[in-house]
Amino acid sequence: MTDQHASGTSGTQQGDIAPGGSSVPVIEVRDIGKSYGFVIALTGVSTSVRAGEVTCVLGDNGAGKSTFIKILAGAHTHTEGSLLIDGEEKTFSSPRSALDVGIATVFQDLAVVPLMPVWRNFFLGSELTTGFGPLRRLDVDTMKTTTASELSAMGIDLRDVEQPIGTLSGGERQCVAIARAVYFGARVLILDEPTAALGVKQSGVVLTYIAKARKRGLGVVFITHNPHHAYPVGDRFIILRRGKSMGDFAKSELSLDDLTSMMAGGTELESLAHELELTMGKLSPVVQEMQADVT
Amino acid sequence: MATATVVDERVARTSSLTKVLKRPESGALVAAIVIFAFFATTTDTFATASGASTWLRGASTIGIMAVAVALLMIGGEFDLSAGAITGFTGLVVGVLTTEYGLNIWAAILVSLVLALAIGALNGILVMKTGLPSFIVTLGTFFVLQGVDLAGTKALIGQVAIQGMAEVPFYDQPKAIFGSSVDILGGAVYASVFWWIAVTAIATWVLLRTRAGNWIFAVGGAQVSARQVGVPVLKAKVGLFMTTAGAGWLVGMLLLFTTSTVQSNTGVGQEFIYIICAVVGGCLLTGGYGSAIGAAFGALIYGMVNQGIVYSGWDNNWLRAFLGAMLLGAVLLNEWVRKRAETTR
Repeated sequence: MTDQHASGTSGTQQGDIAPGGSSVPVIEVRDIGKSYGFVIALTGVSTSVRAGEVTCVLGDNGAGKSTFIKILAGAHTHTEGSLLIDGEEKTFSSPRSALDVGIATVFQDLAVVPLMPVWRNFFLGSELTTGFGPLRRLDVDTMKTTTASELSAMGIDLRDVEQPIGTLSGGERQCVAIARAVYFGARVLILDEPTAALGVKQSGVVLTYIAKARKRGLGVVFITHNPHHAYPVGDRFIILRRGKSMGDFAKSELSLDDLTSMMAGGTELESLAHELELTMGKLSPVVQEMQADVT
Repeated sequence: MATATVVDERVARTSSLTKVLKRPESGALVAAIVIFAFFATTTDTFATASGASTWLRGASTIGIMAVAVALLMIGGEFDLSAGAITGFTGLVVGVLTTEYGLNIWAAILVSLVLALAIGALNGILVMKTGLPSFIVTLGTFFVLQGVDLAGTKALIGQVAIQGMAEVPFYDQPKAIFGSSVDILGGAVYASVFWWIAVTAIATWVLLRTRAGNWIFAVGGAQVSARQVGVPVLKAKVGLFMTTAGAGWLVGMLLLFTTSTVQSNTGVGQEFIYIICAVVGGCLLTGGYGSAIGAAFGALIYGMVNQGIVYSGWDNNWLRAFLGAMLLGAVLLNEWVRKRAETTR
């Protein structure tokens, strides 16, 4: 939280090297696991998150995805294996300690207040102030300008930061939450099923912003159960099933079809195989932008 | 990507009039102007200096409470004990000075501490039990009402404070809380200036400080507010204490303007405060509203209350009017909120 703008400035440089360029991963987990008494919720998971890379965590409901992100977010402490931050072994005791090393989690409910203006939501809980003592007041102008410029850096073009955040679409709100985490010093973003509640088009918008965050040099942990959302933006894939890791792959090591069949045993998801392309068309700007970012 | 500016060229599509009309208090402002115009043209005394002096005084004490209650409602809570506490604080000062000979300033301080403690108790009970504030403060309301009536009778053997004006140094707090100045031939009471000051401070706090941001947030989405680090408990308990503190101020204003207080003072007023806040644009569900709107709501109440008298009507019509006003305001607020949530 201390180096608020560090991610923004250093991001562009790292973005040029990425993907796969930086040597020490920001987060590395080795055979990590978590058991609650006799219940083994997760075991033997290894992967890494690098600056400027998207690590996708895939798995069906109950596969252990939420346990895994709670370990990374500091909400749970792991009981086996090791967690390395910048190459050093760490154990998180609270979400606060994860935040302090720059790991920010955007949960599904997004933590926004629908009736409040976008800029107030952006700075809620960390408001900028000016003046002293009883005259200490909100620095409204700076907050509005910062919100507009941070959002526009993420490619979100708002007509008016004064509009209630409830008037934005689900995808846009997700993006504001992402931009907020980035601004407040996140180096790694954990996104918990950001596309789960969204339609195809809105999902495309969120995927674009994930690609943008990666370009700015952030590490992203993208949790999803949809391989078609994961594959276009991901650099590294980890598949969980029944609390176990089915493997940790770089993008070059597997195709979308491999990913799909590994995840669900290739049954009902087959029919959705080209959902994105079919609905949005190969020539749609979102798909093209996504492809441009990927290659 | 073009460089971002705060004012986007597309904003010009909403005219400044629409922007003003979208503010939560605009409905109450329009209603206040209409009601003023109505009584000013249909009665002789309403628009005179002395006439205005009367309805402004009536509106002022209601207005101070309505503004505090509005902050609390924006924060997502109710306080039904807000009326009873105005009587309670006045009685504490009256009993301590006339019956026990305590220094008047010490008595005023004691009543303030008691009021803040009751507010804190309300807040902590609501937050720690998770019960609706409607129930918790209904409880404290009845306790206070009982204490006001039975306690006063037990201690001084009467239901009203007498001999307040003979208390030593009575003139000092009287000057602050109960005096009046002549403006254009009409007496403007101290309570009117307090009302303006409270409204101004509340509006500033609400719109320009971190505390105000937190009030909107805890009322609009408490879980989200907690997740981003808003001190929810502190904000809510602070709001209950503010309401109780406003109750203390009104208690002092009533006591030192009339130099007496009845043991049932303030009982039944708690809903008037809520009505004024709602007429002023507060949502019953929290997270939206305005302090200045509540002040307009109280102004409407004061004007109608007195206008009915000047018109020579049965003043029980006031109740019917308030009820209709409340329903109209709730419908308007719902419509405004839906627009606020969907206009793109």
